[in-house]
This record gives sequence, C-alpha cells and structure tokens, in this order.
Amino acid sequence: MKELIKRIESRFTVLHHIEQRPDLLFLSLEANEIVEILTYLRDIENYQHLIMISAVDHLEHQVFQLTYLVHNYNKNIDIGIRTNIDRNNPVISSVHHLWPAAQVYQRELHELYGIDFPGSPRQDDPMMLEGWDNIPPMRRDFDTKKYSEETFFPREGRETYDPRKVMEEKSYPKESEIKYEIQKLSRDQRNK
Amino acid sequence: MRSKNSAVINETNRIGVLTPEGPQTALSWETVLPPSSGLDLESGKYLKIWHGPQHPGVTGNMALELTLEGDIIRECKTHVGYLHRAFEKLMERRKYIQCFPIVCRICVPEPDPNEYLFAAAVEELAHMEIPERAIWLRTLILEMVRVAFLTMGLGGQAGSFGLGPIGQWAVTHRDYLLDLFEELTGGRVYHMYILPGGVRRDLPEGFTDRLESVLKKIEKLISSVEKVMFNNAVFKARAKGLGVIPPEWVVPYGITGTNARAAGVPFDVRKNNPYLVYDQLDFEILTGTASDVYERTSLRKEEILQSIRLIRQIIEHMPKNGPVRHKLPNVLNWKVPAGETYVRAESGRGELGYYLVSDGSEYPRRVHVRGPGYTHAMVVLEKLADGQSIADLAGIMVSLQTCPPEIER
Repeated sequence: MKELIKRIESRFTVLHHIEQRPDLLFLSLEANEIVEILTYLRDIENYQHLIMISAVDHLEHQVFQLTYLVHNYNKNIDIGIRTNIDRNNPVISSVHHLWPAAQVYQRELHELYGIDFPGSPRQDDPMMLEGWDNIPPMRRDFDTKKYSEETFFPREGRETYDPRKVMEEKSYPKESEIKYEIQKLSRDQRNK
Repeated sequence: MRSKNSAVINETNRIGVLTPEGPQTALSWETVLPPSSGLDLESGKYLKIWHGPQHPGVTGNMALELTLEGDIIRECKTHVGYLHRAFEKLMERRKYIQCFPIVCRICVPEPDPNEYLFAAAVEELAHMEIPERAIWLRTLILEMVRVAFLTMGLGGQAGSFGLGPIGQWAVTHRDYLLDLFEELTGGRVYHMYILPGGVRRDLPEGFTDRLESVLKKIEKLISSVEKVMFNNAVFKARAKGLGVIPPEWVVPYGITGTNARAAGVPFDVRKNNPYLVYDQLDFEILTGTASDVYERTSLRKEEILQSIRLIRQIIEHMPKNGPVRHKLPNVLNWKVPAGETYVRAESGRGELGYYLVSDGSEYPRRVHVRGPGYTHAMVVLEKLADGQSIADLAGIMVSLQTCPPEIER
C-alpha cells in the first residue's frame, strides 16, 4: 500500500490520502487529473473493476465531492478517488470510455445532482424523474418538506357519524344548531 | 502535470479483460458500448411495445421499451423509476437508528445484506466492536436469507420458461424459511434483525433443529427440481445457449455475483474480501464455463446447496452462548465521528456495497447503495436482449436477477 501511494504521488498531485482499512484507500486529487489517474489505475495498476461513482453535496463549502471507487481483482484492494468540483458550475470529464458501465452512474448523477459529464451517452434521458422541473432533488438545498406540501395534499378523512349528534339534529335541529354554535364560539375564544 | 501522463492517455482506447489466468488488455471500447439506435422506425418494418412495468415476467416494477422486427428484439431500453422512493434522500434526514427500517426495504426478497452493510459501515466509523456470538448469528441469517432468495429465484426462472409448478414449490419452501425468520426476528419479510453493536436477539430454544428440518426439505426440493427442470428437454432446448455473457464483458460492465462466476470469473466477495466469519468457513468459489441461462440457473442451484452446507458449519462452530449485543449510546442523540467508508458483501445477486459519509452530526451526510442489479439491468440486459426472441426475454431477465428497488433507491 505504501509503495502504491508513492508510485501514484510520483505521477500525480495527491492532495491528501486516508488509509481507511488495510484494503481501502481514499485519495484526493484535483478534478483535471481524474481521467488520467483512473486510466493509470486501470491499465497499469490493474484496478479494473469500477464499483461505482458517487457524489456528496457539501453545501457549506459550495462544492460537490465526487468519489470513484475502483477495485483490484488480484490484490482485493479498493481505491476511492475523490475530487471536489464547483457547485455552481458542476462539470467534469466523463469516464464512459474507460468503463461502459460508468454511463449509468453518470446519468444518475446528472439527474439527481445536476452534474454535467460532457459526452456521456444518454445523459439527458430522464432515468427515474420523468417530467421533473424542480432543482435536482439530491442537492441539499432542495426543500423536501416544502415540495411535498406543495405537491401532495393530505387525504380527506373518512366521514364519521357521531350517533348522539345525528339524533340531536333529527329530534331538535334548531336547538342543536345553537348548541354547537355556542361550543364552536367558546372554542374559538379559548384558542385566541 | 498533464504532459507527464500523456503516455497513459494514449492507452484510453483499451478495455481490460479479466481471464482466469490474469488480466489482459484487448478489446476496443467501441465494441462494448450499448447499441445506438440506427433503426428507421418510419419504414413500417418495426413495432414498438412495452414489456412491463406490470408484467408477470418482470422482476419488480421495471419497463423495457422494445423495438421488434417480427418477434425478434432489435432494440431494448430499460426504464426505471416506478419504485423510486428516495431512500438515499430519506436517510439524509433521519438519525442513524431511524435508517434501519429503511435500508431493509431496498431489496424485498433479500433484506439482510442491506441491514448488515449499513450496520457494518456505521460500526466502522464509530469504532465499535461486536460480540463474537453476534458475528456468527449475522453470518447465519445472511446465509439463511441467501437460501430463501436463491430458492425463490430458481422458481422464478422456471416460471419464466412456463414450468409453473416449480415456482409454486419454491415459494412454499421459501415460506418455511420465512416462518423461521418470523420466529427469530418477529418479521417475515423485513427483519430489522442486525443493528449496530450486534443483533437484536438470541436464537429461540430448539431453533437449530427446526432450521435443520427445513434445510432437509429444501435439499429434497433441489433433488426433485434437478429431475423436473434440469433434465427437462424443453428447458434444456430453450435455456442452453441463451443470453450468453462473454467473459470479456465482466470487467467493463462491472458484472458481479453468479453472472460473473457462470462466465468463469472467480469473483466472490465472501472469499476475496472475507467479512464476518467467512474466512473460518470451508467453501470454494463455484464457477461455470458456458455462461448461458442454463449455466447460471444450475450454478444458483449449486449455490443453494453450498449455502446449506455453510449454515450447517456455522451452527456447528458457533459459540454456544455469550452476549449478542453491546450497549449503544443514546441512539436519539448519537453522533457518529466524521469520515467515510465503503463496505461490501456478497448478496444473492452479486456485490452489494454501501458508501457512507458522515460529517460528525446525528444524521448521515450521504448513503450510496451500490446494487448489483444496477449495471446488470441498465446495461447488460439491453445488450443481451438484442437479437433475441421476445419469448426468451423474461428468461434472460430473471437469469440476471435484477432487482429494481436497488436500481432507483
């Protein structure tokens, strides 16, 4: 692991690294070196299995953190390549030419975070949010509560019949009306 | 910096190929990209139909948009989104302990790997140790749910080729296991058994005997299925040579699990990156060669028997008593230290992984679920369906064991 980090540091500018487990390493790099390091890891170091591409929204720092996880079948080691991109202009090079499977992850990130991967196939096809016209929903400034209150309405409750009230309305409607009116008035008075 | 790496960039046009002997590099990326639609839909030669989202041959709610020429599929596009419940977003707004009833719903037939992985990720970030007996109990329930899932999958595979009774036998035998789950955890489908710090409760009295009798029933079922399904002339004629995944697809498409093993690639997370007590158990990675629907199905059948042997080993070697759960801090005010991790496990469908980012607060900053069905359904199925008859599509789809809830989370 130490040698691997040395080899990578001799070729790329590694901002910092974390050895999370003996078989899991996280490296942070600048966004313009992502394609280079993934190609290097895939072809030279045999990290050939792209596990996934994920994004984390750091709203307070105004950045998206992208994580590319790759796996080596022979050494059974995972490497997570992390990079930060500007949240207001989220564009990063696509890696679908390295792994065809990457296009699905990129399509999902484009839809849920609004990150642009120029050239990624079928990127603009809606995947799970057909007809979505709000901001991308996985961003942290998307207000889920406000959205659900505006979009969905509480179901009307079932009509219930209080037998006493029904009988009162049947037998002496005028008096019952006055009675419930007084109850309502006093309740409003109390709530004020 | 860029000039130093120019040699690397020139090698972009190659895709790594993993063979049992070791990785090789061949194959240009153009040959493995999904087919682009060059079909003239105005010619009147083609018909567009929707396979799903409500269709008995579909695993869960997922739609396939097919372009047919006669009954031959010329183009297939997967559409998901019918089961999108925003689990990952929900988890960002909930405390760690409140996430447990959510994660198990990410895969309906196989909920426990999700629970285990979320618990393992939280434990790793919070630096928690779990008791010895709890580790064994976790392995036990993971293997039990694996048997339940694969048994039902076997029935589904038979059903997709019109062998209805086998599906009914399989569901019955899964129900015997669900009874055991109900006894152990209180829930039949969603168990919520694995929590951070251990498991929720110990085995009831006499549980292992009842488990053993169910395992015997399942072994008997497998021997009958062997006769009725794997020696069935119709099943053989239809499934052999159908939906072949070439071994060189495994790396670029990220194919894992039985689908990769049937193509001859020995990739099993339980063996390669052992978790829980899998390094103390005696088992081998089962691989196949033909990589068609028949091979994948028969490999799954072998894996049921393998899991049954593993359950017997676990019961034999498990510590007889001891604590099953450590005391947690106040879970409603539990701050997990900042950090990030990725944990993985072998589910019945392939490599399932959880990527958890914590920012030191009471809520997870990000949970990303890497479902094995993700690339299987979204990329591999689209490629495999190309040129097949529409009658075989359900068989191919079930043989990939796609699970829509984990695609759209």
